[in-house]
Amino acid sequence: MADKSPVLETRNLEAFYGAVMALRGVSIEVPEGKIVTILGANGAGKTTLLKTISGVLDPEKGQILLNGEEIQGMEPDAIVRRGIAQVPEGREVFPFLNVEENLRMGAYTRSDNEVESDLEMVYSYFPMLKERINQVAGFLSGGQQQMLAIGRGLMARPKILLLDEPSLGLSPLLVQEIFTIIKRLNTEQGVTMMLVEQNANVALKAAHYGYVMEIGRIVMAGECNVLLASEDIQEFYLGVRGESQRAQKRWKRKKTWR
Amino acid sequence: MEVAQLLLGGIASGCIYGLIALGFVLIYKATESVNFAQGDMMMLGAFITLQLVNTDYWGLPFWLAIPLAIAIMAAIGYALEALIIRKLFGQPQFAVVILTIAIGFVLRFIAGFIWGHEPQSLETPFIGVNLRFSGLVIGMDEVFVIGVTLLLTLLLYLFFAKTKLGMAMQAASQNQLAAYYMGVPVKRINGLVWAIAGGTATVAGVMFAARGAIDPSMGLLGIKAFAAAVIGGFGSLPGALLGGLIIGIIEPFAARYGAPGYSQIAPYALMLLVLIVRPNGIFSQVQSKKV
Ligand SMILES: Nc1ncnc2c1ncn2[C@@H]1O[C@H](COP(=O)(O)OP(=O)(O)OP(=O)(O)O)[C@@H](O)[C@H]1O
Ligand SMILES: [Mg+2]
Repeated sequence: MADKSPVLETRNLEAFYGAVMALRGVSIEVPEGKIVTILGANGAGKTTLLKTISGVLDPEKGQILLNGEEIQGMEPDAIVRRGIAQVPEGREVFPFLNVEENLRMGAYTRSDNEVESDLEMVYSYFPMLKERINQVAGFLSGGQQQMLAIGRGLMARPKILLLDEPSLGLSPLLVQEIFTIIKRLNTEQGVTMMLVEQNANVALKAAHYGYVMEIGRIVMAGECNVLLASEDIQEFYLGVRGESQRAQKRWKRKKTWR
Repeated sequence: MEVAQLLLGGIASGCIYGLIALGFVLIYKATESVNFAQGDMMMLGAFITLQLVNTDYWGLPFWLAIPLAIAIMAAIGYALEALIIRKLFGQPQFAVVILTIAIGFVLRFIAGFIWGHEPQSLETPFIGVNLRFSGLVIGMDEVFVIGVTLLLTLLLYLFFAKTKLGMAMQAASQNQLAAYYMGVPVKRINGLVWAIAGGTATVAGVMFAARGAIDPSMGLLGIKAFAAAVIGGFGSLPGALLGGLIIGIIEPFAARYGAPGYSQIAPYALMLLVLIVRPNGIFSQVQSKKV
């Protein structure tokens, strides 16, 4: 799919929670400068995939490659140092640290002298954060916390930013606002992103390439405009009903990838 | 004048309880489990200082021995976490708690084996040195205890609020998963928290030794400090110090004005009262952990 070798690649990744197999051989690629989205229903294994990439969970089998180097099984802090930052599901801000302290924690692994200018960069995308520099993060609204979490992820100046359901629990208007900023960060700052979403509509419009995940497997992949037009996606993720009623339709039948 | 005298003594013991309570809270905040060996770490710190200072042993200068003892105990604290506690990572909390109780027993046994069970006195530069202010007698030991507590509190505050490492410790205690995602080496940070707890325990031990004899069972004082930590809310560092001060001050007054035995019960009675009236402690933060 890409002319250059991808920034991030997983090959047949398998992961377990105890005896429960949560990833059943996941292979994806994220090319440089692109937004790749992973769609899937609750419990599909999207968060598990991101946790495994970040090293919080060790894969049982398979490889994770960052710029061609294997990183699976490394400690989470080593993986951040190599350039993978995550904006976790549910924001996970540091509740008793203020906005600026939260952002500086994002730059924990950095020792260069451009942290200050990156801080200004984050404030320019999220002016609302600048107004609340000294406010404790626990008292921010959900949307403000999401912006803080994204800003904190950017502060690592990552090679790739993993975003786990940034639209979770936000009003449609705020979702639009945040996705506009995500898109701008990608085009203006060249941030490569892997975007996990349930909101297929908004994710497919922001991303370049998409995968659909179901019970630990990738069941569909394609350019976002292709996916947007696909009947399966329309029916199951965009809530559009096709004229032909295919009530018992399964992804299995339509495994169009590979 | 008598009240002032009691108050002064109470504040001085309160500082000691407060510092041990600080150790409880530090480790609790970082790892969410209680280190019941905290009192015994204080005991060990006191004996290591005694070993370094007393003329019967190595006879090092007092002001050189203290930082040395702190460093040794910090290393022991780090090692305890890295070699023993970390192995229980992912196990239920009570397993860790039981383990720390066991560590306490072992430390007591080791101390008894090396230094014997007879009470011993630390040779400090201020034994029997007193300042007098119109009837009020201020022991040099009390000045030392209060002064060092203030200094240590200031240092810890600066460390947690102003340094990158201190900030990372706060962050890891507030949201461990997010700290991982920021690239904080959480396990090593937990080891460093144990090192700090070992260091503060040593300071508390030296303070205790400056005011009386020490023996291997002195760590049982830790239970009183535990009560102090509960009173302070068990999640707040200033709360731990204040809880310690409250207990320290109540004791001599209960002993002087209450019926016999009151002073022994007073700290725990207060702890129960706080648990009933304000379960999150007097100085509880408005918000609960992990929103
Ligand atoms: N800590 C855990 N222990 C055991 N099973 C887990 C754990 N976390 C997730 N699972 C299971 O793994 C599967 C995948 O979960 P995961 O959180 O990755 O889903 P998801 O795609 O992110 O869902 P959502 O959209 O609801 O966030 C689910 O069946 C879930 O029940
Ligand atoms: Mg999820």
